[in-house]
Amino acid sequence: MDFLRPASWEEALAAKAEHPTAVPIAGGTDVMVEINFDHRRPEYLLDLNRIGDLTEWEVGEESVRLGASVPYTRIMENLRAELPGLALASHTVASPQIRNRGGVGGNLGTASPAGDAHPALLAAGAEVEAESAARGTRLIPIDEFYTGVKRNALQPDELIRAVHVKKADGPQQYSKVGTRNAMVIAVCAFGLALHPETRTVRTGIGSAAPTPVRAKAAEEFLNAALEEGGFWDNGKIITPSVAKQFADLCSAGCNPIDDVRGTASYRRHAVGVMARRTLTWTWESYRGTRRTIEGAA
Amino acid sequence: MRVNFTVNGRPQEADDVWEGESLLYVLRERMGLPGSKNACEQGECGSCTVRLDGVPVCSCLVAAGQVEGRDVVTVEGLADFAQQRSESGCATGACGTSLQDAQQWRAKGTDSQTGEGTELSPIQQAFIDAGAVQCGFCTPGLLVASDELLERNPNPSDADIREALSGNLCRCTGYEKIMDAVRLAAARQSEGV
Amino acid sequence: MPANGAPTKITQGSQTKGGIGESTLRPDGTLKVTGEFAYSSDMWHEDMLWGQILRSTVAHAEIVSIDISEALAMAGVYAVLTYDDLPTAVKNYGLEIQDTPVLAHGKVRHHGEPVALVAADHPETARRAAAKIKVDYRELPVITDEASATAPDAILVHEGRDDHHSGHVPHPNIVHRQPIVRGNADEAAKRADVIVKGEYTFGMQDQAFLGPESGLAVPEEDGGVHLYVATQWLHSDLKQIAPVLGLPEEKVRMTLAGVGGAFGGREDLSMQIHACLLALRTGKPVKIVYNRFESFFGHVHRHPAKLYYEHGATKDGKLTHMKCKIVLDGGAYASASPAVVGNASSLSVGPYVVDDVDIEAIALYTNNPPCGAMRGFGAVQACFAYEAQMDKLAKQLGMDPVEFRQLNAMEQGTIMPTGQPVDSPAPVAELLRRVKAMPLPPERQWESSEGADVRQLPGGLSNTTHGENVVRGIGIAVGIKNVGFSEGFDDYSTAKVRMEVIGGEPVATVHTAMAEVGQGGVTVHAQIARTELGVTQVTIHPADTQVGSAGSTSASRQTYVTGGAVKNACELVREKVLEIGRRKFGSYHPAWATAELLLEGGKVVTDGGEVLGDLVDVLEDETVEIEAEWRHRPTEAFDLVTGQGNGHVQYSFAAHRAVVEVDTELGLVKVIELACAQDVGKALNPLSVIGQIQGGTTQGLGVAVMEEIIVDPKTAKVRNPSFTDYLIPTILDTPTIPVDVLELADDHAPYGLRGIGEAPTLSSTPAVLAAIRNATGLELNRTPVRPEHLTGTV
Repeated sequence: MDFLRPASWEEALAAKAEHPTAVPIAGGTDVMVEINFDHRRPEYLLDLNRIGDLTEWEVGEESVRLGASVPYTRIMENLRAELPGLALASHTVASPQIRNRGGVGGNLGTASPAGDAHPALLAAGAEVEAESAARGTRLIPIDEFYTGVKRNALQPDELIRAVHVKKADGPQQYSKVGTRNAMVIAVCAFGLALHPETRTVRTGIGSAAPTPVRAKAAEEFLNAALEEGGFWDNGKIITPSVAKQFADLCSAGCNPIDDVRGTASYRRHAVGVMARRTLTWTWESYRGTRRTIEGAA
Repeated sequence: MRVNFTVNGRPQEADDVWEGESLLYVLRERMGLPGSKNACEQGECGSCTVRLDGVPVCSCLVAAGQVEGRDVVTVEGLADFAQQRSESGCATGACGTSLQDAQQWRAKGTDSQTGEGTELSPIQQAFIDAGAVQCGFCTPGLLVASDELLERNPNPSDADIREALSGNLCRCTGYEKIMDAVRLAAARQSEGV
Repeated sequence: MPANGAPTKITQGSQTKGGIGESTLRPDGTLKVTGEFAYSSDMWHEDMLWGQILRSTVAHAEIVSIDISEALAMAGVYAVLTYDDLPTAVKNYGLEIQDTPVLAHGKVRHHGEPVALVAADHPETARRAAAKIKVDYRELPVITDEASATAPDAILVHEGRDDHHSGHVPHPNIVHRQPIVRGNADEAAKRADVIVKGEYTFGMQDQAFLGPESGLAVPEEDGGVHLYVATQWLHSDLKQIAPVLGLPEEKVRMTLAGVGGAFGGREDLSMQIHACLLALRTGKPVKIVYNRFESFFGHVHRHPAKLYYEHGATKDGKLTHMKCKIVLDGGAYASASPAVVGNASSLSVGPYVVDDVDIEAIALYTNNPPCGAMRGFGAVQACFAYEAQMDKLAKQLGMDPVEFRQLNAMEQGTIMPTGQPVDSPAPVAELLRRVKAMPLPPERQWESSEGADVRQLPGGLSNTTHGENVVRGIGIAVGIKNVGFSEGFDDYSTAKVRMEVIGGEPVATVHTAMAEVGQGGVTVHAQIARTELGVTQVTIHPADTQVGSAGSTSASRQTYVTGGAVKNACELVREKVLEIGRRKFGSYHPAWATAELLLEGGKVVTDGGEVLGDLVDVLEDETVEIEAEWRHRPTEAFDLVTGQGNGHVQYSFAAHRAVVEVDTELGLVKVIELACAQDVGKALNPLSVIGQIQGGTTQGLGVAVMEEIIVDPKTAKVRNPSFTDYLIPTILDTPTIPVDVLELADDHAPYGLRGIGEAPTLSSTPAVLAAIRNATGLELNRTPVRPEHLTGTV
């Protein structure tokens, strides 16, 4: 095993180009477990800790450019307003110690269906900034990023530099089921974002399919139902039958398996419950905001 | 490979380090600092918690090569760390520790045979007094995590304590005495005892 | 002065600080908080090697061949050992039945069985070498449950059994069977107005001590070996290790290294023999440290169980009879299974009066992971089932579940199903009354001005509910556990106590082989010495095999038995010291000859408080040292047909009330409070007593809602050997645990104390289950309860 310690992003890209099998390590919260338990013996470890700008973020007009190694703790503390769904998801990641080390780049690189950030990224809308020495930078839409179980759209010579997450234009929620009240891997998870500007709703489902997925049929149904009922304008409570159908469609959007963490049947059920609850929470929040705005006007 | 970093205020060098070794292994097996514990080596128990440039992390998940040039505080250095924090005019702990401060202090020697004459940090004393130590294997990690909590938040609610310590498993105590210990340390801190 | 004017009599120890009854602090506390306490995995030696164990990847298979040549050829590898390298004819070990191979021979019987050993100069070298050992397995069908174990054509897990249970078991795949028949259950059933039958399942729990199995074996110049190891019983280890090494016991020196928890999981050997073999072969110190993955294969677990119960009761709420069959899965090797069977059987009726019983408990041999000792030892599984039965009976009778239990509660004088009378306090009804009377925690504690605090809701930080579908439930349970080794076992402890003057002060030194595993035995030993010898300075000598056996740190027995041995040795030392005093000073004061003499505050005093002399002057440069064995009163074996016999030493009782909040829609549980009332006889160290009760309670909570080793029924392979998927409670899963301690002396025991470590683990689980049933209305006949069971999505 070789330990590569690039001092700059350019050096890191060069190292990755030279050694495409090199495994990037930043927070170490996935890679080191595999090494400690002898599940993996990469030829090269590519340490990204010395590249300072990976732990920085910029809040832009439309989106936040979030460095791949910004620790979850920082996201929770500093980006609650801009990225509420991701901030909530960050708070459910493992433990304080892990949140101090791990970042979204690791979740994306590992691309485990159980990664906590994925549903929030899917729901908010995001692009992954990947870069290689040979071809430069490209932005991969999050919907195209997950390609299979623990597989993603990265080329062997590419590294994740940042993720561009759309700033929230409405309420977002995130919910995760685990069999313990803290420090638990998701049995399944659900992210939901209301986008009042486009009058759309986006979702993200974790751990209930081979990859993180959006419940697109559910989104389409809900977008249509909200439009049809004039809900965005009248701010009415979403009717229970609409919420139920949305929940059912989210359940139907799952393609889960039975494993030691939970049954497929439970996952489908739980995703439906979380879909309904997060819709209720976000919609209540949206209505509250509307009332506040109207009250002020 | 060779790794140089600072542990408890002292510069250290480790040679012939295998690239897959964790910071935890280097501390325990190469530096004679076995206080950080090896209970799970998968980031699920917190017993190996150390402060890396001031931030609590699981040392089992930090690759040895990643600590090059960085600053580590382990349970062995906790008493001196707390002492110097309080001397630097931050007795309440609310102002945190700057990296510069962290790098300026050094651990003092203690009698490693009996532990007698050892100066303890307030959180260490509180763990003993409250009965929060049984087998003690989780204790070092809990001490580092609790000390950092009280540095950040001198008057934590019970829910705050539980959240801050939710990454540290204990199998002996049922956590009640650990809660007592943190409450006790917080109370003593606020009374300036 | 008392009202009648009589002089106040003082009793031994009452005037000395830091004695029994005080919450003195741990003598190892400072070392443990500074990180200097040397646990077994912290051992280090110049020039040491690292040992690695190659374990079977399949559960049941013939070993066709093992090729170690590539491993042996690797640079940095010092030894590779297989069965063929074992030095003597003794190739098996075991606590009661020597059926466990040191290294597999011809066959592996469970997933993760040790097959070969490597010693190398770095753990990674050792791991790579182990990976290069080629083992060719021919897989066999797996035995995984009662049906497959006892089928007429079942493959025998152990061929040619000749152990002392083999003659009386109905099938060779049954390790041990213990029936208990008393009265006539069938006849009594005719008096019942209601009959409740239930089938219960108890999942496989792991001790999950945090300090992994580890130790260091150092070869010695005389050809022997010195082993520093974390264990529960040094002398039992020694008896199993020495014959395999072909060494006399005196050439295998053992010192207790720091123990990171045990809970039964260190009663069997793990890496002990392996490290010694490698050290003797290479002539170098060898350290072995399991990682968490290996730890799940490196020790036995709590027996999973199927329990079939039938109870009857009259309509006025009196139990008529009980029939039960308890099937414990012992896995591939016997470990403590026979004794667990004895406990499950003899405690299966619970703390209730039932005159007519028909009981059977068995442990199976299967190809599942071996199971043995864990806190609660057979009584845990039974308690889960009989307490569920009690709630069902109360419900059918329309009675309050606590009142129903109190109506049938045993008390001092009750005859156990084994025919043994309960001859010390058994305050079962009182414990139930106390937990029921505790104030309830406020409702909806999660509500705050800033909305719902998810940390206080089911799901916790995962943000699954803000109060939706959260229903509170309350449940109560009580249990009975035996204390000490039962069934005629010679359960003794040894203590060596020395008294001398050091630096002008009298000092006592207590030396035992007791394994301090965190329970606080070392604290209590110092307290006993202060009380009995009237000194303040007490040194606790490290535990090793240079002193006689202290028995196991299990069965809630150490304060009772080794504490009893320390008390006894101190009393003998005290007599000797007074003898010296009489010899030296008897002629100066008549009280030396006439009065009752005590040692208090470093002085010899009369029971009226008159000081006769300083211990410093009595002892001068003399040293008084006595090593003595101490036994509790003997027990008897249970009759193999009727189960009758005075099998137990003492009983221990605890009751719990659980308050839970369940998200009924997602099936997630938050335990809000888990109150406990326990009779401890006499609290030698109240702080430690409460710590034991809270810790035991939490382990019971764990197996109620999350802890289970999942074994694939098709392959008998363990599916979740990690802390990622075997979950134990975090501080956010654990509620407040108010404890009400009752002290009703047992006159047969030292200081009237009662062993306390296990009882709280029993009733905690059924109380939580009862609370979840109360919240959901579901029957819930298995533990742990998973969200699937609460949502109908299994």
